[in-house]
Amino acid sequence: MPKITINGKEIEFEKGMTVLQACELANVEIPRFCYHEKLSIAGNCRMCLVELEKSPKPIASCAMPAAEGMNIKTNTAFVEKARKGVMEFLLANHPLDCPVCDQGGECDLQDQSMYYGVDKSRFVENKRQVKEKYMGPLIKTQMTRCIHCTRCVRFATEVAGVPEIGAIGRGENMEITTYLEKAMESELSANVIDLCPVGALTSKPYAFEARPWELKKTESIDVMDAVGSNIRVDTYNWEVKRILPRLNNDINEEWISDKTRYSCDGLLKQRLDVPYIKKNNKLQKSSWDEVITVFAEKLKTISPNEIGGHIGDMVNLENALGFKKLFSLLKSDNLEFREKKFYVNSSEKTNYIFNSTIRGIEESDLILLVGTNPRHEATMVNARIRKAFAQRQVPIYSIGNPGDLTYNYNIIGDTTDDIKKILSHDSEFSKKIISSKKPIIIIGESALELKSGEYIIEGFKNFLKKNNFINKEWNALNFLPQNASTVGLLDLNILSKENEKKNTFFEKLNNSKFKLLYLLGSDNLDIKKNNEFVVYQGSHGDRGAEIADLILPSAAFTEQNGLYENLEGRVQECKKASYPIGESLEDWKIFNLILRKLGKNENILNFDLLRSEVLNLIPNFTELNELPKFKKEFAINNLSSNFISEKVNIKEIDYFFSNAISRASKTMSECRQIKYSLKKTGTSN
Amino acid sequence: MSLKKVHDDQPKVFKFSDENLKKVEEILKRYPEKNKKSAVMPFLYLAQRQNDNWIPLAAMKYIANLLSIPYISVYEVATFYTMYNLAPVGKHFIQVCTTTPCLIRGADKIVNLCKEKISPNENEISKKGNCSWMEVECLGACVSAPMIQINDDYYEDLDEKSTKEILDSLIQDKPLKPGSYRGRNNTAPEKKQSVNGENHA
Repeated sequence: MPKITINGKEIEFEKGMTVLQACELANVEIPRFCYHEKLSIAGNCRMCLVELEKSPKPIASCAMPAAEGMNIKTNTAFVEKARKGVMEFLLANHPLDCPVCDQGGECDLQDQSMYYGVDKSRFVENKRQVKEKYMGPLIKTQMTRCIHCTRCVRFATEVAGVPEIGAIGRGENMEITTYLEKAMESELSANVIDLCPVGALTSKPYAFEARPWELKKTESIDVMDAVGSNIRVDTYNWEVKRILPRLNNDINEEWISDKTRYSCDGLLKQRLDVPYIKKNNKLQKSSWDEVITVFAEKLKTISPNEIGGHIGDMVNLENALGFKKLFSLLKSDNLEFREKKFYVNSSEKTNYIFNSTIRGIEESDLILLVGTNPRHEATMVNARIRKAFAQRQVPIYSIGNPGDLTYNYNIIGDTTDDIKKILSHDSEFSKKIISSKKPIIIIGESALELKSGEYIIEGFKNFLKKNNFINKEWNALNFLPQNASTVGLLDLNILSKENEKKNTFFEKLNNSKFKLLYLLGSDNLDIKKNNEFVVYQGSHGDRGAEIADLILPSAAFTEQNGLYENLEGRVQECKKASYPIGESLEDWKIFNLILRKLGKNENILNFDLLRSEVLNLIPNFTELNELPKFKKEFAINNLSSNFISEKVNIKEIDYFFSNAISRASKTMSECRQIKYSLKKTGTSN
Repeated sequence: MSLKKVHDDQPKVFKFSDENLKKVEEILKRYPEKNKKSAVMPFLYLAQRQNDNWIPLAAMKYIANLLSIPYISVYEVATFYTMYNLAPVGKHFIQVCTTTPCLIRGADKIVNLCKEKISPNENEISKKGNCSWMEVECLGACVSAPMIQINDDYYEDLDEKSTKEILDSLIQDKPLKPGSYRGRNNTAPEKKQSVNGENHA
């Protein structure tokens, strides 16, 4: 490996690295504004100047490729003077409004000016004033503070795939703007707030809410979709003030979706803080004692067959296992977690996870989407697909029309016949798959909801297996679940016991065969209520609470510890950042109240035991935050003859309103309104 | 120089004329297919030529489509370069060079004359509607400073008197001849001088 000398210390570096990266290897900190690991190199802030031996001028280390034998110095008076000069220019037009700026306390410019700034200004001319720009309901702009690092421009173009931000004008008159001042049409737009090194782009919903040093930071996991993005939850007392991304290169890199970031204000609204009971057709405030007594009485009178339970989209694994235990004590096996009936083969874990892994998308050389819109179903997965597309021009195909995905793709067809043709080698496309090295087939819930759902996934599995695309190194078969709880609940085997053809839970539900329906945080289930006695246990007064006869208030995901399994089968821990509001309790504590009332004191649940039991139950589990490991060979199933010719419709999900928390969020409803008004008026300009 | 203002009254559609479309083909041939976005600058110039010396937003959109690049990229280029006009200019478009050599030789007097005779502010169409003027940076004719450019022609070696004549005749739509106003042949010395016994230039 080539060698470079940094401050007299010789180190080895990898070919292709820049001087700045080499300095990082040597643990030498270089100040920077425009340089960012995940974006292209711009080299326009000049803050990273270093001294290169034999070079008369300082060099911008972020843009200079490191070369064998370079002698770099970063701690000389020459470098210090150069950086001081750059800092003086940057501050020449930067307003002195730190006391009223939301970036204060976490501002790169503020921090670095403490080290490199001059204590007085020689700039006597007028400071420039730039008009505010409108960038939608999430991003607050204060463009006078902008130092033109163009990180936001590069992010929008390269990562988000919506080239809508640009730098217009030149010199002193340069301005960052969106074309025609409209909201950015991206689910990743708010990441520019984290990227902005100054206070030019700040968070609109969080404006003037708190200072960063006042907040308690908890590292946690997002549950808005099945990706399991790593987040940091910032709380001020009980209130969740904001959610920020955490770096995890295997999952979300440094970004999170707008829904993950901004549905947190939904945690403050529509909350269920006391138990409710329906009297005279009206929900009334009640006490734990009363509701549990009523519930226990009901449970005693109704036969186990007529008790149904449904687990919602954001329930953690410990609570789900507790729920399952409660149901087995009640001797009912009418448990379900799917919101719609879709085919799933839970006999092997590889049938229902994203086997190629999110990081694997970057290695693939062909991607086929089957009945899925990853942009809305798993935004971070879509960002990875876009990365593969942008960096290596990976060809992407789709069956069914998902609409704009921020990259180009070809639609092969929109019927199951097109799938049959591929699987029976009647299509040109079969050859394309076979001749590729690392294909990725992503099958969405919309495809599995079809009558030929079984045919589609089992057929692809057999096809890939026969062509050796499912082996120890690579597994091309991927299922894209929509909810955070899906994979984990399949692992806990919470799937209503049924002979595959007859789905008893949904049949009973649709025919009103249940006398008691116990909903655990379940708001997306389509229920036509007849005479069922509905018990809703959850955090928000949403669709489930609307039809409930009893409401048991429980904690939201930020208010209790819990495990979630993401779509790759990675088990991650969601940590308690706040405490349950009012009289609400963690779900497993509520189960204990019920068990005590039923006189089953010997079955009382304990959280630590629940967790260790969950970890034992998860097949192929290795350790927390790691991928599952598979040892045995995958068997070929007999292809079912369940083929029906039908259209592959990709069900559009109401992105900003997909769960109880986001439906309670004001920010999300603003985003939704803008999205639909754009659609109505058309965005052609 | 301030940020260029985009004109309020914009035409809805823009299309290259047939003649220009032929030029478009030719320009595209200069660049490799994967770098065809490089043609954005000649295209903007072509659009400016076709549209009375200014570029409407519709043209930027049209060019973005033509090159399959984002709209904002074309907009960035058009606002960056000073020689693209984003608002209508006069039929006689006067660019007064005010960079150091011209300024030392009296360009400020020419600016004052423009203010007096054409319009009090830069980039304003004159009352008669046929002229507009603006200050520009060096036009590369320092050897015959001070100078102005009217549409495509250079008027050089000016003083107050000659500028007055030029502007007055322009206002009456009778442009005078371009070139030196001190009788120089291009940039040759004013008087024939002999150097080393031979006639020079």
